[in-house]
Amino acid sequence: MVGSKNLNLEQQKYKKFAQLREPKRPVLANCIKAFIVGGSICAFGQLLQFFYINYFGYTEKNAGDPTAATLIIISILLTGFGVYDTIAQWAGAGTAVPITGFANTISSAAIEHRSEGYVLGVGGNMFKVAGPVIVFGTFSAFAVAVIKLLFNYLMGGM
Amino acid sequence: MVKIIWAFIVGGAICVIGQIMMDVFRLTPAHTMSTLVVVGAILGGLGLYEPLVKFAGAGATVPISNFGNALLKGALEELNEHGAIGVLIGIFKLTSAGISSAIIFGFLASLVFKPKG
Amino acid sequence: MVKGNQSFIFESKPVIISSATVGGPLEAQGPLAEDIDILHDDPYIGQDSFEKAEKLMLEEAAAKALEKAGVNKYDVGLFISGDLINQIISSSFAARTIGVPYLGIYGACSSSMEGLAIAASFVDGQKVKYVLTGASSHNNSAERQYRYPNEYGAQKPPTSQWTVTGAGVCLLALEGEGPRVTAATIGRIVDLGITDPFNMGAAMAPAAVDTIEAHFRDLDIEPDYYDLIVTGDLGAVGHKIALDRFKENGTEISEKKFMDCGMMIYDREKQPQVFAGGSGCASSAVTVYGHLLNKMKSGKIRRLLVVATGALHSPLSYQQKETIPCIAHAVAIEM
Repeated sequence: MVGSKNLNLEQQKYKKFAQLREPKRPVLANCIKAFIVGGSICAFGQLLQFFYINYFGYTEKNAGDPTAATLIIISILLTGFGVYDTIAQWAGAGTAVPITGFANTISSAAIEHRSEGYVLGVGGNMFKVAGPVIVFGTFSAFAVAVIKLLFNYLMGGM
Repeated sequence: MVKIIWAFIVGGAICVIGQIMMDVFRLTPAHTMSTLVVVGAILGGLGLYEPLVKFAGAGATVPISNFGNALLKGALEELNEHGAIGVLIGIFKLTSAGISSAIIFGFLASLVFKPKG
Repeated sequence: MVKGNQSFIFESKPVIISSATVGGPLEAQGPLAEDIDILHDDPYIGQDSFEKAEKLMLEEAAAKALEKAGVNKYDVGLFISGDLINQIISSSFAARTIGVPYLGIYGACSSSMEGLAIAASFVDGQKVKYVLTGASSHNNSAERQYRYPNEYGAQKPPTSQWTVTGAGVCLLALEGEGPRVTAATIGRIVDLGITDPFNMGAAMAPAAVDTIEAHFRDLDIEPDYYDLIVTGDLGAVGHKIALDRFKENGTEISEKKFMDCGMMIYDREKQPQVFAGGSGCASSAVTVYGHLLNKMKSGKIRRLLVVATGALHSPLSYQQKETIPCIAHAVAIEM
């Protein structure tokens, strides 16, 4: 996003001019669709967890792993069959925010770049869209952990 | 199974937050997801994410914000066991299933599928 | 001959003796399908990649244009072409097949008219007997290069456009029968600070208005000189903005005589996935070199002004927080 402080007067005037003539995004409708689809995916995840705990011997603690793996595999299949993007156009954040979105970013990039070979194409481009999530997730976990460490050290030292 | 209803509501709500970030604040999907992950890690650090997980189950664990929480949780667990170096040892401990599945099955998908547009 | 600040009159009036167009699956379902020579229902056209398919479409269009004119490719003096893929490989690899002297150009979606203007200049100024010129684009190769992988689930906003999968080529000659290229106005870069790559229409509209007004000023003619003024790919959003800006500037352009190729090549109601309309080099190339030239040959249009618009950013410039500089080139075609 570019701040309008970098635009001159004529550009700022045009930005307003253009914004008035832009078809408005249906924010409310998009939020409702995101709520329904996102909620359903999470509810389905809850159902999966129930099955894994009661029929496959997992515990509350580790049932999240097979649940995540199942949702990921389903997303990747839908991506491969070319239907995920159609669902996602309707659902917006409803498919992007759950772990299904993460799986779709990785698999869509992998599938797309096969034409450049498996090593440089698939291997080299797989994290094109998912990279930021992994980098910033890891770094923020590190930062928060270090802050907690320092905080405990300081509090303990008193 | 009341939990399914809460999973639906909380999961849906987190998605709505993501939708608002994209439509109103005009963030790209990558920026939105990254922000949610970082927020998950911060809330995890403040001890606020785990209660949400207990309450809403998959409604809190399926959204990408849980990724940040899980990364942090793993780091803290190893921190308690091994001291400072534990932070580096534990980060991917709990998220291994998710990341590994995505990479492995994503790669397998590239062997089988072609983009259809 | 130079006229005014940025326009050129081609006194010998080079003739478009033939033209040919190729389209993909969505174009085949659109309103202009009957005017497209070759239609493909497979976006790969049997090739390994979308990029190779795009190159093939350009080759097909060039071959068809030569076939229709009965001209051998080795009699062609120049091939001028552009496309959207990095380093314009579709054009360069098609040029390899065509095998005549080649000028590759990049004007983003304005490439078709940039090419036609340069071609007319060589025919008129250098007396080159035959010049082949065209442009191509492909929805899937453009998506994966400029935006996201094709199967990625990002929600597109209503301002986005659909890159046309197709190619359009015409053969320009010193002599012969057909519509004639009489003048061209070369655009200047216009950048009014739009940064959203999903709203190309708003970014390009000012450039279109700038070039069109320069054209009338330089040639000292009124807008109603033309039966139709058509922009390349402003889409519904950019088209509306352009009309409003004309009103603001006091330029009298009739709404009935001002259209946009991107809005003509698709039926936005039956094909909602195109959102604001078609875009890409092929948006103007396929519409003009097929449908509009046919209308001229059948006498329905006598004087046409084609204004192809291009957004000259790159994914890198966008990530470096740059705005989107745009350009528009106008070519006058008269029967």
